[in-house]
Amino acid sequence: MTSILSKRWLLVFIVALLIVAPIVAPSTQVLLTLALAKSLAVLGVIVLLQAGQVSFGHALFFAIAAYGAAFLGRSMGGGEILLNLVLGVVAASAVALIVGLFIVRYRHIFFGMLNLAASMIFYSFLEKFYYITGGSDGLSVPRPTVLGMALERAEFEWILFYGALLLVLGALALTHRFLTSPLGQMMRAIKTNEVRLEYLGVSSRRVLLAGYVLSAALCGLGGALMATAQGIVTPEYAWWIRSGEFVFIAILGGAGSVNGALVGALAYEFVKNYAAAFAADIWQLVLGTVLLVVILFAPNGIVGLSQRLGNGRSEKEEAGQ
Amino acid sequence: MNVQLFALAIVDGVSYAALVFLVAVGLTLIFGVLRVLNVAHGSFYAIGAYTTASVGGAIFAAGFSPWLAFPLMIVAAVLVGTLIGGPIEKFLLSRIYHLEDVLQILVTFAVFLILEDFQRLVWGVQPLFEATALNQLGTVTVFGITYTAYQLIFLPVVAVLVLVGLRLGLRRTLTGRLITAVTEDREAAITIGIDAEKVYLITFIVGASLAALGGALASATTSVVPGMGADMIVLSFAVVATAGLGQIEGAAITALMIGLGRSFAVYVWPEMQVLVPYLIMFGVLLVRPQGLFGGIEARKI
Repeated sequence: MTSILSKRWLLVFIVALLIVAPIVAPSTQVLLTLALAKSLAVLGVIVLLQAGQVSFGHALFFAIAAYGAAFLGRSMGGGEILLNLVLGVVAASAVALIVGLFIVRYRHIFFGMLNLAASMIFYSFLEKFYYITGGSDGLSVPRPTVLGMALERAEFEWILFYGALLLVLGALALTHRFLTSPLGQMMRAIKTNEVRLEYLGVSSRRVLLAGYVLSAALCGLGGALMATAQGIVTPEYAWWIRSGEFVFIAILGGAGSVNGALVGALAYEFVKNYAAAFAADIWQLVLGTVLLVVILFAPNGIVGLSQRLGNGRSEKEEAGQ
Repeated sequence: MNVQLFALAIVDGVSYAALVFLVAVGLTLIFGVLRVLNVAHGSFYAIGAYTTASVGGAIFAAGFSPWLAFPLMIVAAVLVGTLIGGPIEKFLLSRIYHLEDVLQILVTFAVFLILEDFQRLVWGVQPLFEATALNQLGTVTVFGITYTAYQLIFLPVVAVLVLVGLRLGLRRTLTGRLITAVTEDREAAITIGIDAEKVYLITFIVGASLAALGGALASATTSVVPGMGADMIVLSFAVVATAGLGQIEGAAITALMIGLGRSFAVYVWPEMQVLVPYLIMFGVLLVRPQGLFGGIEARKI
């Protein structure tokens, strides 16, 4: 894969659509804000997929940041959105550093399932210690001020949407920079051949830990944003189904590129919102089937498909790497 | 904690460990041969439980002997393993052995999602309860506590029989030796003419049937509810990882450890009940990354 951002036109097109969407169709604004929040978490999962590792527990970091924002907002009697986001990222990174020290010793199924176990521990903590966490009812998140200004709901949601869009674009650029930096390249070498990486004198654990903390920070940013946008946090934020959803979206969008996170999250949220009503009983069945089809027939996801349509020949070489 | 509670915790733990062992040993057997950790394994447990509870309910309502509950469990387990597990290996997993690990995990995860909804479509979301087998065996009293004979005696006996049966089966029968050969060195086994594809299929069916048997046995002791498969896969993974992947006797000992740890937590600190298995797993893996009984694998460049 020569360049992760090789096809910029898709991103430009989507961003243009996103900018006009709330003006043309105001009803989509909240949905899009949630999709943007999710795409940040998916981006975190993609970072790890670049190292060939899949986590079934990244909802842990999503939930830690979300509850962090809730506690902060409640203790300050409203809170400030910037503080919510910063606290979310810091809390998720700090936990990731501790959990990561242990988890980066493992690969593949162990990596995935240990993450899952960590998130299940937090999930049952949220459920059982209800006198702290509100139990399965969760906690409400008061609407925070924006740079000290208290806003009405409509204005606030408007700012939240465009703010989220900026955050996502910033995160995409930053993650792309990370993956093309020497550290990011080393992380991707864990997928190709970890033993050779170690023969070069690089500690693959330390490299993976850096990627792990970055991926958790992205999940934390997404979680804090989601909590602020929804106004409520529940233990479901930490549930394995949510972690599975992140992984699903990453594969759907295309785990080979950072753009896959945004494309996948938008496609997923729209289909879920408008089609799930017709298939509510078999939603997981649909997800599972799509996942199988994508893995077996379109391993580079939507981004890969659009590239293949746009450019028939050169992409085949990429796909066959 | 008095003597009676102590005894109660031990009995709870042992009967629970017996169920967890059946699921975990199937998981570890499949991993040993196929080198795929089957995330959909918990679904076999749930489907085994659903099949036993619903079919059992129907035939007892029709007036058949309640003793049929026991053969029904075995029939249900084998049917689930063969009719659902078999096609999954034959038509899906056999296509993905060449893919990278992360994609193999995702494929079994996709199967798990599909089977979760399959259960809901077939059996709905209402809990099923069918305790004929449990009532049929009556109760026994030991150390001043009265407990069901089904959980105190029957479940542990089945678990021990499976353990011994698997060990003898793998060492003494032709099929078992073929499975062992493929586990040790797949390429060498193929070279001397062993049909590895067939061995994979048989192993998967046996493993899936064991998980379904665990579910069938569990259905008599608890209500069958949606989501029970998801809980079980994580728990049985914890057992398998703590024991070391591919360790059959290790899985038995670890299942016992985790079962007892969990049941003591229920009496001492109920909030911790769900956490204890993971804390044991994290504790063990911190000291022995390859698991309690796992050997260190040579790395290939």
